Amino acid sequence: MSLTMAEKQAEQIRQISGSDPYKCMKCGKCSASCPSFNEMDIKPHQFVSYVVNDNIEALAESKSLWKCLGCFACVERCPRDVQPGRVVDAARQLVERQRGGDHLHAEDIPALLDDDVPQQLLVSAFRRYRR
Amino acid sequence: MQRIGVFVCHCGTNIAATVDVKKVVELVRFEPGVVHAEDYPYMCSEVGQQKIAEAIKEKQLTGVVVCSCSPRMHEATFRNCAEKAGLNPYMVEVANIREHCSWIHKDMEEATKKAVILARAAIAKVNLNTPLQAGESPVVKRALVIGGGIAGIQTAIDIAEAGYKVDIVEKTPSIGGRMSQLDKTFPTLDCSSCILTPKMVEVSTHPNITIHTYSEVDKVSGFVGNFTVDIKKKARSVDLDKCTGCGVCQQKCPMKKVPNEFNRELNTRSAIYTPFAQAVPNVPVIDREHCLMFKTGKCGVCSKVCQAGAVDYEQQDEIITEKYGAIVVATGFDIIKLDKYDEYAYSQSPDVITSLELERIMNAAGPTNGHLERMSDHKPPKNMVFIQCVGSRCADHRGKSYCSKICCMYTAKHAMLIRDKYPDVNVTVFYIDVRTPGKNFDEFYRRAVEQYHVNYIKGQVGKVAPQPDGSLLVQGVDLIDNKQIVMNADMVVLAAAIEPNPDIRKIATMLTASIDTNNFLTEAHAKLRPVESPTAGIFLSGVTQGPKDIPETVSQAGAAAVKVIGLLAKDKLKTNPCTAKCDVMMCNGCSTCANVCPYGAITYEDQEVRGPGVREVRRVAQVNVALCQGCGACTGACPSGAMDLQGFSNRQLISEVDAICR
Amino acid sequence: MPMTENGEFRPLIVAFCCNWCSYAGADLAGSSRLSYPADVKIIRVPCSGRVNPMFILRAFERGADGVIICGCHPGDCHYTSGNYFARRRMTLLFSMLDYIGVENGRTRVEWVSAAEGAKFSATMNEFVEKIKSLGENVRLGDLRCKD
Repeated sequence: MSLTMAEKQAEQIRQISGSDPYKCMKCGKCSASCPSFNEMDIKPHQFVSYVVNDNIEALAESKSLWKCLGCFACVERCPRDVQPGRVVDAARQLVERQRGGDHLHAEDIPALLDDDVPQQLLVSAFRRYRR
Repeated sequence: MQRIGVFVCHCGTNIAATVDVKKVVELVRFEPGVVHAEDYPYMCSEVGQQKIAEAIKEKQLTGVVVCSCSPRMHEATFRNCAEKAGLNPYMVEVANIREHCSWIHKDMEEATKKAVILARAAIAKVNLNTPLQAGESPVVKRALVIGGGIAGIQTAIDIAEAGYKVDIVEKTPSIGGRMSQLDKTFPTLDCSSCILTPKMVEVSTHPNITIHTYSEVDKVSGFVGNFTVDIKKKARSVDLDKCTGCGVCQQKCPMKKVPNEFNRELNTRSAIYTPFAQAVPNVPVIDREHCLMFKTGKCGVCSKVCQAGAVDYEQQDEIITEKYGAIVVATGFDIIKLDKYDEYAYSQSPDVITSLELERIMNAAGPTNGHLERMSDHKPPKNMVFIQCVGSRCADHRGKSYCSKICCMYTAKHAMLIRDKYPDVNVTVFYIDVRTPGKNFDEFYRRAVEQYHVNYIKGQVGKVAPQPDGSLLVQGVDLIDNKQIVMNADMVVLAAAIEPNPDIRKIATMLTASIDTNNFLTEAHAKLRPVESPTAGIFLSGVTQGPKDIPETVSQAGAAAVKVIGLLAKDKLKTNPCTAKCDVMMCNGCSTCANVCPYGAITYEDQEVRGPGVREVRRVAQVNVALCQGCGACTGACPSGAMDLQGFSNRQLISEVDAICR
Repeated sequence: MPMTENGEFRPLIVAFCCNWCSYAGADLAGSSRLSYPADVKIIRVPCSGRVNPMFILRAFERGADGVIICGCHPGDCHYTSGNYFARRRMTLLFSMLDYIGVENGRTRVEWVSAAEGAKFSATMNEFVEKIKSLGENVRLGDLRCKD
């Protein structure tokens, strides 16, 4: 049985994030915790249903992807260990890979550093890629 | 040579859908000793059993193998059937081709092959079976109930009413348990102590009931019908018989700063105390950890003011030993610790409380005399937020995986009572699901919404942040509106998950009763034997077995009592004949077996041993079959191979290995 | 060598399960339909402490590729202490078996309670995989029967 493109993408998201969207009990604690909730078009508690329903395209096009601060409050507080924050992260990676934006030469990095980048973002990046 | 009959069950399609039953019958026909083989859709049915009985008679069977479900399910059925047909019941073996075969395999060929192998192993075993006779052991007509909450009280009353003696062992100074801490009970809003107190009085005055409060079970030995239990009666420091319960000692006690456990530590109590006014027995206890007399040796006020001369600082812990026929575990629950839930600020703010604390605050005998007020500044709240499922239904390390079952209903109760008594207070409930299966339960919850206008919001709270002005900022979500909600509250009430009494592990180990990963005791059968432990003679009552509310607890308590009565009504119990047996020819009296026997069932005696070329008096092992429980630890330990276990002999088990590895 | 038609190695695995915890756990795995390979055949014993090292040697003599003993969790033994004896006994036996060529991976003691159907199934799946990776076992010989 061959997978459709959407199914493949959903599977990729599951693998990158290590999150099992079927564990979700739809309590909404992620959305309740999210500091960027009002900026998002797809709300954190909705992420999982997009993955379950293989609707990755819509998720990839959503504004939410780039509004998530990566504060991981949802990951910390999720009672079911679904980790919506990691799902967004994985979707972001997927989009970047498709754009070819995941390649960066070490010597280009200093020029890209921006003093205006919020500290929070740097901290969360370290937190995310610590392993 | 045995004459064995093999009976293969279809179990409807449970077995037949994956195992080719006819093929199994054909293949086992050629096994050594098999003289008869047949299949039937339901071997456990009356007709099926009839077939077994007929075959035993017609074919003069000396052994029976039933290929069906787990022996834990129907071994007894088939053994009874064989016994009625004149065959020794221990000549029957069950090959488990349902749970261990058809239900877990999908491939028919593979499952059939395995079923044949399992049948072969059972046939090989039966070939070596010998008829065994069950012994008898007397039943001590007295029951022990561990835990004096509503579950223990109800079980004790029901057993006592049937005419048997019952002892209750309660760890705290008074019986009453969690129910005595509650203010009102759902769904009828009866006052909790109004319905509990009469029961407490009944249990304390019943001629068949003895209550040991401030006591713990220290040691358990023996087996069904004949348990020996050591009960540790902690030193109360007050004479139970002399004390009149006047309460002067508690008023005069200079040490008044002890956290009051009964009021969930919302206020303090004296060092000499009774937990609550209706306590049974109404005799105080000296908390030696905090009492000045015990800490510094200087005080003695209570002794001086006691007119009855009941205070006794010299009292010692006492161990009493009693014999019981049955033991009921009713150790109840507590709510989980919330220190891991930082986002709800439970440890940071005194105005974030648990539902059990609210229960005490609402109670007229509680820390606020029943006035709803914030614990920080004692002002009445204007806005209250209830958060459901705190620690329940959690897959992570912080909480419990199960639904605590009672929270939806008690939250509806709290919300309703508050709106009724204080109509100005706004009550908001954040819920994931409202679960109200129970008689008049959903109607009760709907009343909270429709009549009392409690604001139920489907969604969770992500954060509770104490503000400088003393209020609490609550950030939550409304999943129906798809909106984040940020609101101010004066009080936040957390519906914390319940968990079994932390002492249960220790008790279960003493009783050798099995326990699950959540520390609830396991039932003998999840559906059909819900009040019995798999360990014979141990019964379960109340939340010990799983989360439940008061009506359910009371019905389960009654059910446990009926099972106990059924046991105590028997004069003698049949004992398991699968006991260890020593071959004196091979025994050299080394004592290894006696050292590993958990029941002290092995003794040694000088015995004349006669055999080919042997005639001498030797020290050999003797098994007391009344004490032996048939674990077989001695058989593995015996260096000379003299010890064997009847019904699971070395030869039988090796023949099973051989049959599987053929 | 026991093979299926497509040439896949099918090991022969004997599992000794104590009546009170692990056998009931296996029953629960069954009633919950949690599958594990048919290569596992279960023998019921009253207690893991009942398992005589002779049984395990016999299984390896007769061509078993792996033997697993399942008992109650430490502290939960129906007979108080049987699983502790099993653990000690098997530690000795397994190290001796390893010495004579039956690798440690082929023998195992596992605690499975009556409530742990999922664990039973997972353990068996994992054990079968392990044995498959180890391949066919050496067959022990019984020197007592030789001249």
